[in-house]
Amino acid sequence: MSRITATRDVGLLRERAKEVRREIVKMLTEAGSGHTGGSLSAADIVAALYFYKMRHRPEEPEWRERDRFVLSKGHAAPVLYAALALSGYFDRELLKTLRRIDSPLQGHPSSKMLKGVEISTGSLGQGLSIANGMAMGLRMDGLGSRVYCLLGDGELQEGQVWEAAMTAVHYGIDNLCAIVDNNGLQIDGFCCDVMKIEPITEKWKAFGWHVMDIDGHAMEQIVDALDEAERVKGRPSVIVARTVKGKGVSFFEGKAEYHGIAPTREERDRALEELK
Amino acid sequence: MGERKGSPSPGGTSQALATRDAYGAALLELGKKRGDVVVLDADLSGSTKTAKFAKAFPERFFNLGISEQDMIGTAGGFSLAGKLPFASTFAVFETGRAWEQIRQTICYSNLNVKLVATHAGITVGEDGASHQALMDIALMRVLPNMTVIVPADGRETEQVIYSIADYEGPVYVRLGRMKVPLVTPESYRFQLGKAHIFHLGKDATIIATGIMVSASLEARQILKSEGLDVGVINISTIKPLDAEAVLRAAESSGLIVTVEEHSVIGGLGSAVSEILSEKHPVKVRRIGVGDTFGRSGKPEELLEFYGLTPDAIVNTIKTSL
Repeated sequence: MSRITATRDVGLLRERAKEVRREIVKMLTEAGSGHTGGSLSAADIVAALYFYKMRHRPEEPEWRERDRFVLSKGHAAPVLYAALALSGYFDRELLKTLRRIDSPLQGHPSSKMLKGVEISTGSLGQGLSIANGMAMGLRMDGLGSRVYCLLGDGELQEGQVWEAAMTAVHYGIDNLCAIVDNNGLQIDGFCCDVMKIEPITEKWKAFGWHVMDIDGHAMEQIVDALDEAERVKGRPSVIVARTVKGKGVSFFEGKAEYHGIAPTREERDRALEELK
Repeated sequence: MGERKGSPSPGGTSQALATRDAYGAALLELGKKRGDVVVLDADLSGSTKTAKFAKAFPERFFNLGISEQDMIGTAGGFSLAGKLPFASTFAVFETGRAWEQIRQTICYSNLNVKLVATHAGITVGEDGASHQALMDIALMRVLPNMTVIVPADGRETEQVIYSIADYEGPVYVRLGRMKVPLVTPESYRFQLGKAHIFHLGKDATIIATGIMVSASLEARQILKSEGLDVGVINISTIKPLDAEAVLRAAESSGLIVTVEEHSVIGGLGSAVSEILSEKHPVKVRRIGVGDTFGRSGKPEELLEFYGLTPDAIVNTIKTSL
C-alpha cells in the first residue's frame, strides 16, 4: 500500500492535489456515474487537509487523538476516497470499485462500510451540526483534536447549516474549522439563479465566525488559512474558498452539467492528459 | 411473569407520576453515575425535565435553542466523540421535524444516541394538534437500527433509561406529559425487547403500550365482572417486538386487541398485525386514534373523544367476540 507523508511544501501539495484529481477522474469513469465537478473543485482543499494539516494515522483509523474530517457535501465522495487511498487507509485498487454493489465505496460515504470515513453523509446540510458535536465532545476530554467540515456553497441553502452556525458561535467551538467549497454551481445551474446565497462571507461574519476569504485553488492561501484557523481562539473559523467546479480539467470547468455525471472514457483520457 | 397484585388505579393516585418526571429523575441519577452522559434539549428543558440534569451538570448540558435538526446532528457528533448523548424535546418535533437527520445521521451510521421525547400523544391536551404526536412510533419504527420503547409508567420509565444507557445503538423513547398511575408490579424489571404479560386471556388478550396499559387493565376488570377472561400484555419495546409474547397471546385467545395513544396506522397495532398475519392469523382489532389529527381539550376529554377509555376497549371486545 503506497502512503503519502505529510508536508507543508506547497509544490508537493499541488502534486498531491493533481494526483487526487487523477484518481477522481479514473474512479468516476470506471463507475459510470457520480459527481465530477464538486469533487474536482474540492481537491486542493482536501489535499491540504489530508497531506498537510490533519493529524491522523491511516494505519490506526480510530486513533482517539486524531483530527476529524466531515464531508458535509457527501456527493463529493470521490475526493474523500482518493485522499484516503493516497493516505494509505486502503489500497488504491479499491477505488475502481466505486459505486459497485459489493464495494465499501458507496455513492455517498458510509462510515459503517469504510474505515476513515468519520460519518455517513449525502443528505445535505447535516455535517456542520455533527462537526459541532464532535468538536465539543473532544474538547470536553481535553484532547487537542480539531474538526474540519467541508460544505458546498449550494448546501448553504439548507437551513440546518445556519442553525449549526449559531451553535458553533454560541458554544465558542474554536477547535472547529468549516470550509465552504464556493464553486458557484449547483445541479440546476448557477447558485445565484437557483437560490441566491451571496453574500456568503458577510453571512458567516454576521453569525460571529472568524471568516477567511481565499482562492480555493491557491495552495499557499489554503495552508495559510488552515494555520490561521488554528490560532483563532474563542470562536469557530470558516474558510470561504472560491473555487471552480470541475477544476483541473478545462472542459469540465464551470459547467453545471458535470455536477452529477461521470466522464466518458474518451473524456477521461483527455482529462488525464491535462492532469499530467 | 407473575400475576399483578391488586387492581389498577387509574386517574391518579399518590403513586401517579408523569413518565417525563421519571425521566428527569433517572437522567439526574445516570449523570451522577456516568461522566460520559451529555444531554441536549431544544428550548423545552423545563417541560422535558432535562432541566434537572442541566442544573446539576451545566457543563454537560447543551441547549440548542429552537433547532431540532441541529440538536440531532450535534447529538450524533457527541456520540462520535465517545459521549453518551440523550436528546430531548417534544415527540412531534423530535421525530417529525428532525426525522431525516435521525435517518441519515443517527440510524444509517448506527450512532449511540438516545432520543427521549416527551409530550407524545393526544394527552398533551389543550395545545392541540400541532403539538400532538400521533405518528411518532410509525416514523421511528420504520428506521433500520432504531429501537422504539414506550414505557407504561414512571417505574418502567426509570428502568428504561438505565437500560438503554447500557445498550449500544439508537433508541427512541416515547414519554407523556400527564401523570399516569403505577401499573407495573413492584417486582417488575424492564428487559429491552421483552413484553410484560400480566395475564393471557381465554376470550381475548389486550396488547397495549404506554398510558393505555392502565386503561386496558381496567377494561379487563370490567369484563371479568361480566364473566369474560381477557388478558393484558404491556408491550413497551415496540421495536424489536416481542413476537413470542404476541404469538402466545394469539394461541391463548382468538381475539387480539391492540391499544395505543397513537395513530392506528404504523404503530403498535400495525406491528402486532404484521406478526400475526404471517405467523398466526387471528381476529385483530386495533384501538388508537383514527386517520386524523388531534385537537385541543383536556386530556381526559380527548381520551374520551378518541375512544381511548376502558369503556371503549370493553365495547370493542364485546362487539368483536
